[in-house]
Amino acid sequence: MKNAHEKVEKNVGLFFLFTVFAISIGGLVEITPLFFQKELATPVDNLKPYTALQMEGRDIYIREGCSNCHSQMIRPFRAETERYGHYSVAGEHVWEHPFLWGSKRTGPDLARVGGRYSDAWHIAHLTDPRSVVPESNMPAYKWLNTNTLDGELTGKKLSTFNFLTRNRSHKDENGKAIPLYTQAEIDGAKEAVKGKTEMSALIAYLQSLGHALK
Amino acid sequence: MSNFWNIWVWVLTLGSLVGCFLLLRWCLTNFAGVEEGESMGHSFDGIEELNNPLPKWWSTFFLLTIVWAFGFIALYGLGGWSGLLGWKSSNQGILNLAESKAKTLEYLKADSGVLVQYDREVAAADAKYGPIFDAYAARSIEDLATDGEALKVGQRLFIQNCSQCHGSDARGTTGFPNLTDKDWLYGGTPEVIKETIMNGRIATGMMAWEGALGGDQGVKEVAAYVISLSGRSVDPELAKAGKGKFALCAGCHGSEGQGSLALGLPMGAPNLTDNTWLYGGSKRVIEESIRYGRAGVMPPWKDILGEEKVHLISAYVYSLSQD
Repeated sequence: MKNAHEKVEKNVGLFFLFTVFAISIGGLVEITPLFFQKELATPVDNLKPYTALQMEGRDIYIREGCSNCHSQMIRPFRAETERYGHYSVAGEHVWEHPFLWGSKRTGPDLARVGGRYSDAWHIAHLTDPRSVVPESNMPAYKWLNTNTLDGELTGKKLSTFNFLTRNRSHKDENGKAIPLYTQAEIDGAKEAVKGKTEMSALIAYLQSLGHALK
Repeated sequence: MSNFWNIWVWVLTLGSLVGCFLLLRWCLTNFAGVEEGESMGHSFDGIEELNNPLPKWWSTFFLLTIVWAFGFIALYGLGGWSGLLGWKSSNQGILNLAESKAKTLEYLKADSGVLVQYDREVAAADAKYGPIFDAYAARSIEDLATDGEALKVGQRLFIQNCSQCHGSDARGTTGFPNLTDKDWLYGGTPEVIKETIMNGRIATGMMAWEGALGGDQGVKEVAAYVISLSGRSVDPELAKAGKGKFALCAGCHGSEGQGSLALGLPMGAPNLTDNTWLYGGSKRVIEESIRYGRAGVMPPWKDILGEEKVHLISAYVYSLSQD
């Protein structure tokens, strides 16, 4: 055989194509089949949709970049489950858009923070973290106490989540999908959050985390 | 996963392994038409290209990784086949805790053919530490409170789980009780401490009194009377008026302000006659408490820590106020 390798060496376009092909195999094997795996689309029994206020709190969590320092993913190691509780399972996260697993733990994992602290603690901690945890390096989020929600987009968010989760919601006894939110809930969403502080929304969200696996 | 995807994984994985091997073999063959180590026949600025083969150490390691891959697949499995070890990191796909427990028990059996790494790790730790916790659980909290080793374990658990509110020295902070004094909201006996940690406490909640007290003046009067209860000097006129209105407070705090614990009531209303203040004892803060109300919450720890650990933490907390 002639020196065919020379073709690749002298043709950068061809070399690029071969490289993309080689790299894509890993993703095709490890990622693509997961899209079609049943256990990644089945919610755990007790999974509940976020209330309107929790949904707004989740958006504040995203806006303030909480997931840059806090993960929401308890790995199956005893060292983690001793501290945070049962490891995270796929069915707890099937309605998350986007996922807030995070990849860095400057602060502790929050996947099961709900119910661990009182609301009053969260207010004190978010307003001035050093007041309750002296060695903390978390920034203070004082403005959450004064910013209020107008709820203009809350209903839209809920109906968007209905659309995003249409194939992964709970099923009734006839196997029919139950949407996350009823029309009444979507219509009432604005009233439910209007005038509430961002602090109360964020705390409602934090207190909701981790209760689905019962 | 469906058969299609299992086949997909098998074909792509084995295909790329074989492909890697063929590619390596191809690259190790000399197609250049020049002897190894000889000049390729071109030279730029006096720099000549020689027909050197791939380094031996490099190609050997490449080959070893391919061999390694087959060994790895044999032990850990591929696409629907779980391998000779039957290895899994955890029980994903469970839908509730009962299912999680059932699967753990099932797979821990020697003949299950499944090795769940997480369950093995926990079982090994339980075998090692279980007897220690069992021994502690069998002893009374008073007894443990005198055992230095037990207190050390209790302290570690306290620092990990309780210090965020009560402080690493357990002296509390504004709104979160000091556990080292002898002043208790719900009681400081070993049983009550354990009950508090196990099931938490949701204060019945002090309501906002401004309206019921007839506005700002009423709040100021009651505050003055409350301050006088712990022996501080106040405007006697205000305090006198406040005393008249204190009947509203007596339902929880007692007619003398001695607190619900002294009355044997469960709502956790503090004693107002001592000079210990949960939210602060200044005139401004006391007025604020009366005006807007207060409601402390202690979360329940039963499900998070389990009774054995709560037992040890109770012993540690109990020991803090014993001299």
